[in-house]
Amino acid sequence: MSQSAVTASEHVPTAAREQVKIPGLGPWAWARANLFGNWWSTAITLALGYLILRVVFGLVEWGLFNAIWSVPYSATGVPDTGVCQEAKGIGACWAVIADKYRLILFGRYPYDEQWRPLIAVLLFIGLYAVSAMRRFWRKELILIWIGTLTVIGVLMYGGVFGLPLVTEDFWGGLPLTLILATFGLAFAFPLAVLVALGRRSTGLPAVKLLCVLYVELIRGVPLIAFLFMASVMFPLFMPEGVTVNKLLRAQIAFILFSAAYLAEVVRGGLQALPKGQGEAADAMGLTYWQKTGFIILPQALRLVIPPLVNTFIGSFKDTSLVLIIGLFDLLTMGKVALSDPPWQSFSTEVYIFLALIYIAFCFAMSKYSRSLERDLNRSRLR
Amino acid sequence: MSQATADPRMIRARAAPKRRMRVSWSDPVFRAIVWQVVIVGIVVAIVWYLVGNTNANLAARHIATGFGFLDRVAGIPIGESLLPYDPSVNTYGRALLIGVLNTLQVAVIGIILATILGTLIGIGRLSKNWLLSKITAFYVETLRDLPVLLQLFFWYTLLQGLPGPKQALHLGSLVFLSNRGLKLPLLEWQTAHTAAVIAFLVGIAGAVLWNRRARRQQEATGIRPSVWPVALALLVGLPVVVWALLGAPFDVELPALRGFNIQGGLTLSPEYFALLLGLVTYTSSYIAEIVRSGIQAIPQGQWEAAGALGLSNGLALRQIILPQALRVIVPPMTSQYLNLTKNSSLAVAIGFQDIVSIANTTLNQTGQAIEGIAVIMAVYLSISLSISLFMNWYNARIALVER
Repeated sequence: MSQSAVTASEHVPTAAREQVKIPGLGPWAWARANLFGNWWSTAITLALGYLILRVVFGLVEWGLFNAIWSVPYSATGVPDTGVCQEAKGIGACWAVIADKYRLILFGRYPYDEQWRPLIAVLLFIGLYAVSAMRRFWRKELILIWIGTLTVIGVLMYGGVFGLPLVTEDFWGGLPLTLILATFGLAFAFPLAVLVALGRRSTGLPAVKLLCVLYVELIRGVPLIAFLFMASVMFPLFMPEGVTVNKLLRAQIAFILFSAAYLAEVVRGGLQALPKGQGEAADAMGLTYWQKTGFIILPQALRLVIPPLVNTFIGSFKDTSLVLIIGLFDLLTMGKVALSDPPWQSFSTEVYIFLALIYIAFCFAMSKYSRSLERDLNRSRLR
Repeated sequence: MSQATADPRMIRARAAPKRRMRVSWSDPVFRAIVWQVVIVGIVVAIVWYLVGNTNANLAARHIATGFGFLDRVAGIPIGESLLPYDPSVNTYGRALLIGVLNTLQVAVIGIILATILGTLIGIGRLSKNWLLSKITAFYVETLRDLPVLLQLFFWYTLLQGLPGPKQALHLGSLVFLSNRGLKLPLLEWQTAHTAAVIAFLVGIAGAVLWNRRARRQQEATGIRPSVWPVALALLVGLPVVVWALLGAPFDVELPALRGFNIQGGLTLSPEYFALLLGLVTYTSSYIAEIVRSGIQAIPQGQWEAAGALGLSNGLALRQIILPQALRVIVPPMTSQYLNLTKNSSLAVAIGFQDIVSIANTTLNQTGQAIEGIAVIMAVYLSISLSISLFMNWYNARIALVER
């Protein structure tokens, strides 16, 4: 044993040192390992490299060098898009964004009052940022949410503190998208927790059946069917003379829909929690709600934060479907901006503008979800 | 303790812990019943209230409930249908049936294409080639962060902005892409082709039987007879021979420019093509992530152990890695298939007439809102249920057999 160890120590060092030297040193060695490993890899690199260079150069040329940033206006304020029409296919016409960005972002909100939706959007972003920080993960966060959402509601609706009244028919663009997503989740989340608890309950078979039916029925049907239901069937449900505005109807449909998906995520967390936690709480003599509120939920929700954030991203993207029932969210405002005759043929530019906004929100959320996953898994990785 | 269980009297005494329910708030059984009665009562009351309102509203608007409207002449023009359809003759029932078929057409083809594309991209993300893995990562990240509706609009306007049929983009004289859609060559279907398809199905059954026989032999003798020559003969040879015996007909109808439009061949309308493109690229980005994480979930040790047993890379992938990865992959894949099917309802936004679009037109024309929504829900619930049942069956088949 000791003999072989001695002989091995005589040989290993030189061989090992030489092996360490080859990979990971210098860009050329890195490229050889990661780009030109074998003939197959080399072929992929060359083909992809060529394609990427062409696409990137093409995009830069189209979007920057040949782009038109502004167009002249006639005396009546109608844009003259001749320059853009000429450059079509060669350069982007960002003038459409310069002309329409306020319409796309804030919809038909009165022009002079558009600082209000702007502040609302900033408040929303601030709210998300605060909620994302772990040092704010305590009960007071619920108060912050209630407070901020109330302020946003007052700011948008007006009618008090000298703010002119702006009814929700005039809301649109980014604030509407954020309202649908945020209010939707704020109401859907508690409902989802209740439904998930109901679905997991063993002592209440009738409640369990109701929860299963609710979740499975909603998850089996597309959101559009729900939105249609909200727009054509909801008026039939109401007693005579009672009308509920379209935004609220869509919001209710959205809440009921997201709650079913969130409930499944929460149920996953409840299932993943070891049974002993609940049993220990029972043994301590805690009541059901004490056990759930202090022992089960804090641990179960923590387990499912990453999939929860993914569901939030999905809901955020799903708000765009309200276009189909005629609400003026961000995507709909893009379409409205494009219906203006001079700008009709510049849809690519508008869609890119919208895509960047959606990507900014979704990418931030998914990046955050991944970093959170790493943080929360740290204890398990050790 | 063992003495106690041996004594029959003790067992009887233990097995009868039955106690009567007390009508008291401190009894959990009583509490559970009260809570259930209260909650179910509230739900029933709400439903009762809504149904009452609905009946009153329907009576006030003179709308008769029921599915009688299905037999009335529809008068909805439908651009694409797999069945013969004439808006002046055919009924709402047939129009809705065509809608269902259109939805299924998008869903089935979309699922197949998205699975292939998603798997390729998922594997590409794991590639040792840095450029390939970064590009596929970029693809996944971008497409996942955009609403699918925005993507559908983008593809649809892109297709509409293409040149007309006369300046169509084309690959030789086989494929034409213009603002009228995608034109592909179409094989003229004859009995020989049907026979070849039947022969192929017979070949699949034969190959499965042969594989089973090979496995039995391997278990008995330790030597596995080679399967692939027989499988090749059964799967490829048999259909080709049948097809050749029946005269080897091969007539392809090529699309060609006649007058102002491209005629002949198989047509994918811009609406259908845009919907398919959007759904496939969007869903494939999710499938790619599922495939990637499924493969990564298999510990490296499994590869090494397979190598130590002397298995080749391909054999290790097929016999060791994939069976384990599939267990991780199949459940989330099921929900992606369901999502694609449900997202196909966005067809209504770009004018492809799927079931939601036709049901919506129907309910606008007839005023039968409840029935229209009920049809949509019934169709999607049954499609979702079928996909779930099939995938659950498949999942149970490949699941780890535990004690």
